[in-house]
Amino acid sequence: MTELLRIEGLTVTPQNAPDKLLVNNVSFTLGSGKTTCVVGESGSGKSLTALSVMGLLSSQLRLAQGKVIFQGQDLVGISNDALRKIRGGRIGMIFQEPMTSLNPVLTIGKQISETLIVHQGLRGQALKARIAALLEQVGIPAGRASSYPDELSGGQRQRVMIAMSIACEPVMLIADEPTTALDVTVQAQILALLNKLKTRMNMAMLFITHDFGVVADIADDVVVMFRGEIVESGPVAEVLHNPQHPYTQALLACVPDADGKRPLKPIDYAWLNEGAAA
Amino acid sequence: MSEIILSARHLTKSYKQRSGRFGLGTTLVKALDDVSLDLKQGSTLAVVGESGSGKSTLARCLLQLLPLDGGEVLFQGQDLAKLSGPALREQRRFLQMVFQDPFASLNPRMRVGQIVGEGLLIHQLGTQEERHDKVVRMLQRVGLSEADMQKYPHQFSGGQRQRIGIARALVLEPRVVVCDEPVSALDVSIQAQILLLLKELQQEMALSYLFISHDLRVVRHIADEVAVMYQGKLIEQGSVESIYDAPAQEYTRNLLQSIPGRRALAA
Repeated sequence: MTELLRIEGLTVTPQNAPDKLLVNNVSFTLGSGKTTCVVGESGSGKSLTALSVMGLLSSQLRLAQGKVIFQGQDLVGISNDALRKIRGGRIGMIFQEPMTSLNPVLTIGKQISETLIVHQGLRGQALKARIAALLEQVGIPAGRASSYPDELSGGQRQRVMIAMSIACEPVMLIADEPTTALDVTVQAQILALLNKLKTRMNMAMLFITHDFGVVADIADDVVVMFRGEIVESGPVAEVLHNPQHPYTQALLACVPDADGKRPLKPIDYAWLNEGAAA
Repeated sequence: MSEIILSARHLTKSYKQRSGRFGLGTTLVKALDDVSLDLKQGSTLAVVGESGSGKSTLARCLLQLLPLDGGEVLFQGQDLAKLSGPALREQRRFLQMVFQDPFASLNPRMRVGQIVGEGLLIHQLGTQEERHDKVVRMLQRVGLSEADMQKYPHQFSGGQRQRIGIARALVLEPRVVVCDEPVSALDVSIQAQILLLLKELQQEMALSYLFISHDLRVVRHIADEVAVMYQGKLIEQGSVESIYDAPAQEYTRNLLQSIPGRRALAA
């Protein structure tokens, strides 16, 4: 496995409360062409980890420590100009809310063209052809390039977001809960599309989710986060079928199974706290 | 055969949607197309379908929050659609709703005590003291405390807000509760807590649930019966086992196959 991304000792704190560790000493690696899922509840630090990789932390937060080594280069502390060349170029991104991530007053073709113009300097017929090809790749008829976001369904909007993020053929895609706001059937289609693109383009994915069902469908490796720390990580089959940490076991037990055979069990935080103290 | 508490017969409802150039034309969208279903006393009937299938319209029409174009809704033998204002209001106490978005469905300017107590006040149930006691007991039952009565919704997390929404609906001791995607905005861990709470309360208070959801994993755990909606029509209906083990319709099979991690997590 060739290593694409290595996160080392990543620590994020609020600017005004340096003792509060929102992300605490997080380290993991992502292999080229592989999918790593970061799983956790709200507030576990999973989204902050993804934002740190892209240098997109809010100004209220500080990357206190750690390295983000992408293709051998540490992204922490490099200039904004240099980062901007990488984001949207070698690293693509998609977010949770396809409703709010698109500009409502621009056609989707126009929005896809922005990345292509900035990163690849395409124009004219070449630009048009590339937009059409990208739309077809994500399963939208090329003729829809002149549509506005409000004319598309939620699933189609997320497809447009994917077209934008893969426009420059990134080697890594960061996806922050891209299917959480979607219906199950549409979610299944989007996950299948991402899997297909990943294989075709040999693209690695850093995939943030709270749903172990989604993890089972797309991950090669899993990183489980709880209160800012990694509690367990490993290949997907091991983490799903033989979870070692009590938190991973608890998180798995509260996912309703499709056969309804396993009783639902909410997470017992009091017990987890005691376990941590012992 | 248990008693049927709520029954819908041949419900229809359509919306006009602007279409064409500059929205000058209109097309008729059939949100409910001849929908009939029965909710048995003390059981849970889940209505599943995708966005736009008409399941939320069904919920609102059943409670007369939206006027029907046609059909009747029988609650304990009475047709709700034919009831006048005051008579309908009286029945509303017994027909409550838990909403999807715990961030949008609670008035941000009201204290939790007022929110939960408002129904009791409107229906003039008990003295001020009795109402206060009821609100306290209800809040404690859903896992909140008396002190929380003085707080505002924004001081609570999503899961706690959904508990407030449940307390608000159940303090009136309804017979039927329509839950419109009550856990779809919540994290899985919180979702499990709320589902178990709803199940416990159903037992204690002899509630009948109409449970609207697009998540078939959740439905498997909470429902006794399932109705599948597609483009305004009820295309399949039956016990939860029969629908999951032997779906008759292609569309239902498709829905079941979309459940994430189905194969991998089954082991």
